This record gives sequence, C-alpha cells and structure tokens, in this order.
Amino acid sequence: MSGLRELYQEIILDHSRAPRNSGSLPEPDSSAEGHNPLCGDRLTVTLNMAERSVTDIRIQVSACAICAASASTMTEAVKGRSFDEIIALFDAFHNVVTGDHEPEHREALGKLAVFGGVAEFPMRVKCATLPWHTLRSAMDGADAPAKTE
Amino acid sequence: MLGEALRGQFPALNQEIGGHPLVYLDNGATTLKPDCVIESITSVYARDCANVHRGVHTLSQRATQRQEEARVTAQRFLNAPEARECIFVRGTTEGINLVANTWGRANLGPGDEVLITAMEHHSNIVPWQMVCKATGATLQVADIDDDGALVMDDYRAKLSSKTKMVSAIHVSNALGTVNPVEEMIRLAHDAGALVLLDGAQSAPHQPVDVQALDVDFFVFSGHKVYGPTGVGILYGRESLLDAMPPWEGGGDMIRTVTFEETTYAGLPSKFEAGTPNIAGAIGLGTAMEFLMGLDLAKVAEHEADLLRYATERLDSIDGLRRIGTAEDRAGLVGFVLDWAHPHDVGTILDHEGIAIRAGHHCAQPVMDRFQVPATARASFGVYNTREDIDRLVSALHSVKEIFAP
Repeated sequence: MSGLRELYQEIILDHSRAPRNSGSLPEPDSSAEGHNPLCGDRLTVTLNMAERSVTDIRIQVSACAICAASASTMTEAVKGRSFDEIIALFDAFHNVVTGDHEPEHREALGKLAVFGGVAEFPMRVKCATLPWHTLRSAMDGADAPAKTE
Repeated sequence: MLGEALRGQFPALNQEIGGHPLVYLDNGATTLKPDCVIESITSVYARDCANVHRGVHTLSQRATQRQEEARVTAQRFLNAPEARECIFVRGTTEGINLVANTWGRANLGPGDEVLITAMEHHSNIVPWQMVCKATGATLQVADIDDDGALVMDDYRAKLSSKTKMVSAIHVSNALGTVNPVEEMIRLAHDAGALVLLDGAQSAPHQPVDVQALDVDFFVFSGHKVYGPTGVGILYGRESLLDAMPPWEGGGDMIRTVTFEETTYAGLPSKFEAGTPNIAGAIGLGTAMEFLMGLDLAKVAEHEADLLRYATERLDSIDGLRRIGTAEDRAGLVGFVLDWAHPHDVGTILDHEGIAIRAGHHCAQPVMDRFQVPATARASFGVYNTREDIDRLVSALHSVKEIFAP
C-alpha cells in the first residue's frame, strides 16, 4: 500500500472531494476544454487575465481523483501569477510527475510536490497533467491575435 | 475442468503483481493464452515457417495446410456451411469495415438505412457512419432502456423497407447485455434487411451456430477467444460474399492480372489480399479447438455462475452501482462507485494484483446514456474462479478505505 498512500495523499483526496475554484467565470477572457478520451477525464478552464498574467481562474471538472486534485491545486497555484511563471511551474510539475526531475523542481512546486507519487504510476501521468495542458491552451488562446469584431 | 483446473495451462496467470498472485478479470479486453496456443504459434515459426499458397516446397505446403485446417476449425466453431465462407481478417473491427466498405458501398444509397443499437462498440458505429456519409444512406439507432436492454418496440419501429442492414452487437462489451438476436434477425429478414452480428463478446462465452441463427454475417476476434491478436474471422453467406466487390487489392486475391484488367479469385482468397497473418490464423485454429474441447455450453454455464456470484457479492457493497442490469447478461459486470472514480479503482485494484478495465470501453454513447464518464468492468474467462471474485470484492473494500471520507 505504500506506493498507493504516496499517490493518494490526504491533500490530494481532500482536493478531489472538494475542488477549489470550481465552476466557470461568467465572462472569461479565455477558455479551453481538456479531454482524455482513454479514461473519460474532462474539464473546462475559464480564465481572466491582465498583462500576461492570470487574475482569476475557474475549472469545471469531471474526472478521477488525480486529475480533479491536480486541477484544484493548480488553480490555487496559478492565480495572480504571470504566464512565464506558470509555464516554468508547469515544466517543473511535468518533470516531477514523470519522475525526471532535479531537487530544485520539487522545491519550486511547493504544495504541488504532493503529486510526486504519480511518477510510480506511468498510466496516471496524463491524469495529473491534463489540467495543466488545458490551462496552457487557454493561455495560448489568449495569446492569439485579438479578434476585431 | 473449468476454473481452477485450467489455470496451470495459462502461463501468464503464474505471476505476482505487487506481491499478489495475479487475478485476471479483463477478459473482455483480451484473454490470456493457453500453452497449446503459444506452442502452436511457436511451431509455425520454428518448423513450418513459409508463405502460404505459393511455394511447392514442403514448408510452404505445411504452412498452407495448417492455415486451411484452421479455416475448417472456424467452420466447425461457427457451424458454417462451408469453410470458404470463413474469411481471415485482423479482427472484429476489420471484419465490420470489410462488410461496410464492400457490401455497403455496392448496396447502399440515398434513402437506404442501416440500423444499429445504442449499445454498440465504436467499431460497429464508425464504419457505418463512414459508409453512410459516402453513400448518402442514413444511420438509425435503436434505443436501450435503463437496464441496458434493447427496446424491442423501438427496434421494430425503426425497421422498415428502407432498412438494408442491421448491424448489432451480440453481447454488449460495456453492459453485458445479451441481445435477443434470433428475434432481431427474424424481424430484420421479414423487413428485407441483412444482419451482421458483432460476436466479439459472444464467441468466447457461448456456442455460436450461424445456421441456427440464420445470420448473414458474423464477426469475431481471435484474441478474445484465447487466440493471438491481429487475427479474427468474418463469416458471410457464400451468395453474399460472392456478389460483394473485393476488399483490398493485391497478391493472393486475384485470378489473372494484366494492366488492362484483373479478374478476382474465388472465396475465401478474394478477401485475403497479401501475405496473411499465417501464424495468427493457425494459433486461432488451436484456440478454437481448445474452446470446443472445453465445450462452450459448459463455458457458458461456468461464466454464468461467476456472473451470478459477482453480482450478488458486488451488490453487497454500499455505494456501488452496477451499470448494465438487463435480465439476460453474460461474461461481465460493469459498475461505478459513489466514492471513487473508475480510473482510481483500476489503479488501486492493480496494486492488489487484480486486473480490471476502467474506462468507456470504446462505447462512449453507452456512457453518455448512463451519464457516467466511465465504468469499472470485471469480465470473466474460463480460468476464473469464485475466489477471484472474492479477491475483487476485498480489494474494493481497500478502495473504500482510501477514499470514503
């Protein structure tokens, strides 16, 4: 059970049972949908932003515990951060959950380091990274040239 | 002879996962292989390694003979009138695509309809969608009820003189529902439609008699009947197969070729272009002999007992809801838990050495119908025992320990 306890830490279970920043922003600056067709994890990210930083975020999520907890902790981690900081955080997160990381990656993650247990479960890496990929596409969407109409 | 007594013949069962003896309950995805099948495949490469229908040398004769014997085994397995009506394909998916693209493109047009059910696997939805799009025909879908049983009134209502093909799953891979195929076939024929049965989940679990069923096409996969992956059988009525255009073009499927014109070979070669999966076909032949040797009626009985037992034990777990509760079911039980997502259930069970499937089972419309993102599925095979189900139930209690608040 040790690996399992490492994977399903209390903080992950807590966030999966009661995801923070759940729902959607009424008039978001950008949004994106994420879907893992293999397991059915599905989520929608809505963002408000100013000057290439995230000022507010909500996530609507229907997913396994790992994905739901990842989404929830991500919203807390990225609110108020610049795009560049978020991209660096995602890189560190990705390295930690795939087990390919240096100690400083884990440190950079703070609370998100609880996802280190995922590295022992390669089939679950996508569950943990789906919210981050979805956030990335919402940010990319915001980066796209503004429509004129 | 089933259950415990068979386990020694399946080398993959003889291993531990995470320190626990493997309990394999993912037979709906693929079955483990008995020694006889593994040896049969090995012996092709070790002894009879040659191309078929080509050389006059001894190895080629042996390979050809063994492959054609496997076809005769398929004929007996399905009680097909002729061995040449059994075409080697890559699996159920290719079998359905073959019929959709050859029969379908030659026979479907605007105003025609293809009728499927709401419990189909993606492999019996997408090929028909594609061919309907190409030909202007319309795809109709017969409803299922809250238990996952076909709504026969809706099936009858959607059958009409416009219906040219009914393509239906025999036993549902997501719900376990056994469809009333005899009645469905009779009604379809009365309406003037042909019937294809997707037998991927029926061929491993019960005797299949295509003549008694009076079915026009029947498809199944080798790897779900204890044979190798990458090979399966399409049975079709000879008169229909004869009238259909070929599938792929190439070697083996021709009679004469010039740059102006090609004439096609007769059955079954017309549908088997190129060097086939020779060892796969031979391994599948051995697998079908193995299953017939166990007596499929007894296999059905054994698995019905496991299903009854699993149903009873799972229903005793608070917060577990079974998905697929039709009266007539076979081979598997699908469920969701109030307190854990199927994907998490799959990971935790694996940690205790128990292999199940968690996901949408390539049947997203079924998941949508039951408003679940995915289900956990335990599916049974000839080597499973009641103890396997006890292990499953006990592991589900571990899931509860971790997840229940």
